[in-house]
Amino acid sequence: MVDEPVGRIRFMDEQRVNLDGFAREDPALGLVALHSPADPEPSLRVVDGVVVELDGKARDAFDTIDSYVAAHGIDLSVAEEAMALGEVVAARLFVDPAVPRGEVIRLVAGMTPAKLARVVMLLRPPELMMAMTKLRARRTPSNQAHVTNLLDDPLLLAADAATAAAYGFRELETTVPVLADAPSNAVAVTIGAAVGAPGVLVQCAVEEAMELEMGLRGLVSYAETVSLYGTESVFVDGDDTPWSKALLTSGYASRGIKMRVSSGAGAEVLMAGAEGRSMLYLESRCVSLARAIGAQGVQNGGIDGASVAASVPRGVRELMAENVMVMARNLESCSGNDALMSESHVRRTSRTLPILLAGSDYICSGFGSVRRYDNMFGPSNWNAEDIDDWLALQRDWGVDGGLRTASADTVRDLRRQAVEAVRDVYRALGLGDFTDEQLAAAVDAAGSMDLAGTDALAVLAAAQTIRGAGLTALDVARALHETGHDEAARRVLDMAVARVHGDHLQTAAIFDEDMRVLSLVTDPNEYAGPGTGYEPAPRRQAEIDDIRQARGVADLRRTQAADRTDKLQKTGNAGFGTDPREVVIGVSPGVGRTVWRTLSGLLVQDVLQELLDGLEEEGCLARIVRVNSTIDLGMVGLTAARLAGSGIGIGLQGKGTALIHRRDLPPLANLELYSMAPTLTAEMYRALGANAGRHAKGATPVPVRNPYTEEAIEARYHTSVIALVALERDCADPEAAPEELSFR
Amino acid sequence: MSNAYSGKPAAELTIDALVRDELAADDVRIHPDTLEAQARVAERHGNPQLAENFRRAAELTRFGEAEILALYEALRPRRSTAGELAALAADLAARDAPRCAALVREAAAAYARRGLLR
Repeated sequence: MVDEPVGRIRFMDEQRVNLDGFAREDPALGLVALHSPADPEPSLRVVDGVVVELDGKARDAFDTIDSYVAAHGIDLSVAEEAMALGEVVAARLFVDPAVPRGEVIRLVAGMTPAKLARVVMLLRPPELMMAMTKLRARRTPSNQAHVTNLLDDPLLLAADAATAAAYGFRELETTVPVLADAPSNAVAVTIGAAVGAPGVLVQCAVEEAMELEMGLRGLVSYAETVSLYGTESVFVDGDDTPWSKALLTSGYASRGIKMRVSSGAGAEVLMAGAEGRSMLYLESRCVSLARAIGAQGVQNGGIDGASVAASVPRGVRELMAENVMVMARNLESCSGNDALMSESHVRRTSRTLPILLAGSDYICSGFGSVRRYDNMFGPSNWNAEDIDDWLALQRDWGVDGGLRTASADTVRDLRRQAVEAVRDVYRALGLGDFTDEQLAAAVDAAGSMDLAGTDALAVLAAAQTIRGAGLTALDVARALHETGHDEAARRVLDMAVARVHGDHLQTAAIFDEDMRVLSLVTDPNEYAGPGTGYEPAPRRQAEIDDIRQARGVADLRRTQAADRTDKLQKTGNAGFGTDPREVVIGVSPGVGRTVWRTLSGLLVQDVLQELLDGLEEEGCLARIVRVNSTIDLGMVGLTAARLAGSGIGIGLQGKGTALIHRRDLPPLANLELYSMAPTLTAEMYRALGANAGRHAKGATPVPVRNPYTEEAIEARYHTSVIALVALERDCADPEAAPEELSFR
Repeated sequence: MSNAYSGKPAAELTIDALVRDELAADDVRIHPDTLEAQARVAERHGNPQLAENFRRAAELTRFGEAEILALYEALRPRRSTAGELAALAADLAARDAPRCAALVREAAAAYARRGLLR
């Protein structure tokens, strides 16, 4: 019989992290992160300008990936120098801020896949962060969002796209639970994005051919679901070859559409096709191939296989190393942080934080801007549930994670404009009709479960009409203009016209809100150590700093003033009491002037009433005195005690902290102390009053205990405390005598 | 300033023109000369492969959507015989798309070696 584990272990077993799967390394299955015994030794042999050996394999044994990389992926003019570099020497070049990015790019162009993997394998986590800071293509970091819902509801898609644009996402990616709905989703998200902000890129991730078709029609402005795999067998299972992908890449460019490929650890393992190689080596093959076929960028860092990588030792490090390889190959990095990789909030934050701090071209290759349940890619590592967390993380570290706060009014207005624009365009183009009730529900909805009902057949019919009639971005722009949505119309047209210029086809391009292209060409990353590289401009810094929850003293003064009453009135200077049953309640300088409500939510007047009631229960007399000379609770209480006939005083700060004092004690001593103001209740104040009465009568009452909480109570209240103390300080006057207050 | 595929200057691609029904699909398509210019930019920024992609794309601007989709389909695994790929390459070469033709010929050779022909 097996003993049940002890309670400590049973308790630990119940923690969320133990819902995750953790795998033992198994190189034969490809369950190994950075290096497998079966990974080839780096090698390159060139005869007469032709690669005859690549990473230990002779030319006649090349598979299709080797062939393509050998023919197109390696800069032979630098290969000899690059392959001869020691791996430690090369790894140091990645990290050393004195070595320009361009020098690393030049050398890596001559490295084989195995060589680059060996070099990146040596980078430890802070070194990966340095490498990412220095090697990413675009100076300004950015972020991408998923915008989808369970029902493909066009109104909600548009409202959520506008919301995502308002929060600062520069690329929006949608997809479908029902493939045939894709054209409707693309149109709805395009409209919503245009309502939300200028220059937002939009894509609809579906099967390769359908995605290309929508791109060619101008219904989306970039493409990403062009998957590469690290072994030939999995590549072919994915129904593609390097050459078909190269053609697809050129097909997008031929219509001025931005495009990146998608790869990442775990895909080969999941398809039982890893051939015993490590995740990092297989991904290095993908990245080499991406560069070889002429793609400008790569979405990697696990993606759908992120949790596979995360299940093995050093797997999360491997995910970040994938992104660094992309950057070192001079490509745009859309750096994963996409599929949810853990049930543990700690682990999923740990997985993303180094990349957020270092900055990437797109930190998330799919931040779920919608509720988890509405994300048709599956829940992301970051979701609508986490947008405020992300904004706080940016602010905590002073880094640009691509997002900004949006006011409640802005979000409401944009959502309303977005659904109205979709209604008008769908009506004008004969795609469908929506009721006012449906519009109102979509504006208000936090997710599709809040909607007033979506007609699935109507969505399908709209999609078929868009496809059948061959509607294009120009038709959408025209319909927007005809129905009075001039600004959105212009923005949709601007995105179409951008294709004519093609500047956004260059590496790592986004549009800013003035429709300027920021890319490797126009906004190059030139990090060279402290004092160089990206720093948010003052306006952007203000967006990062000014989250909507931030409060100052002025805000708190307004809140407090709303509870002002005339129950407390000054009647004169306070004198000494003589009755041995008298207890004096001393209040702080702000009470009755600027401070009206305690941190627990109780009004100061109600707290005073409880204290008075408690004293009355014990048959004591009470007097209220405002101590004007100090905000220190001990001194307030001691001053009250010295004025009291019994020698017992109660000190009460406006924020609710309270104590019992006696006139012969030193200032910092006390008889009882309530230090946790936010958690105090009316009953506890009454008990404190009663105990003060018992002390006055010479008894020794049982002290009331401070309530205990395991919540981050200080995080919740410290900003209020600081502001309340500032209000109190403004009312204090070291020269002023205590004054008597009437209470009615 | 770029011209659209149709030859219309980009400056004329305005909402007013759209409302007057003076914009057609080819007015918001990229011109092959613009892709060539972008290829030169990519070369100057350390990415000759991206430049090559833009030059293949410039060739494909003259091909219709259905033709591009068909070309893609033909290059997928086990879709085409060696003869079909050879014919496709010849057709591309004849239509002034030598880079795409070379891509198809290279694919045909690799597919023959790796069993990816139909």
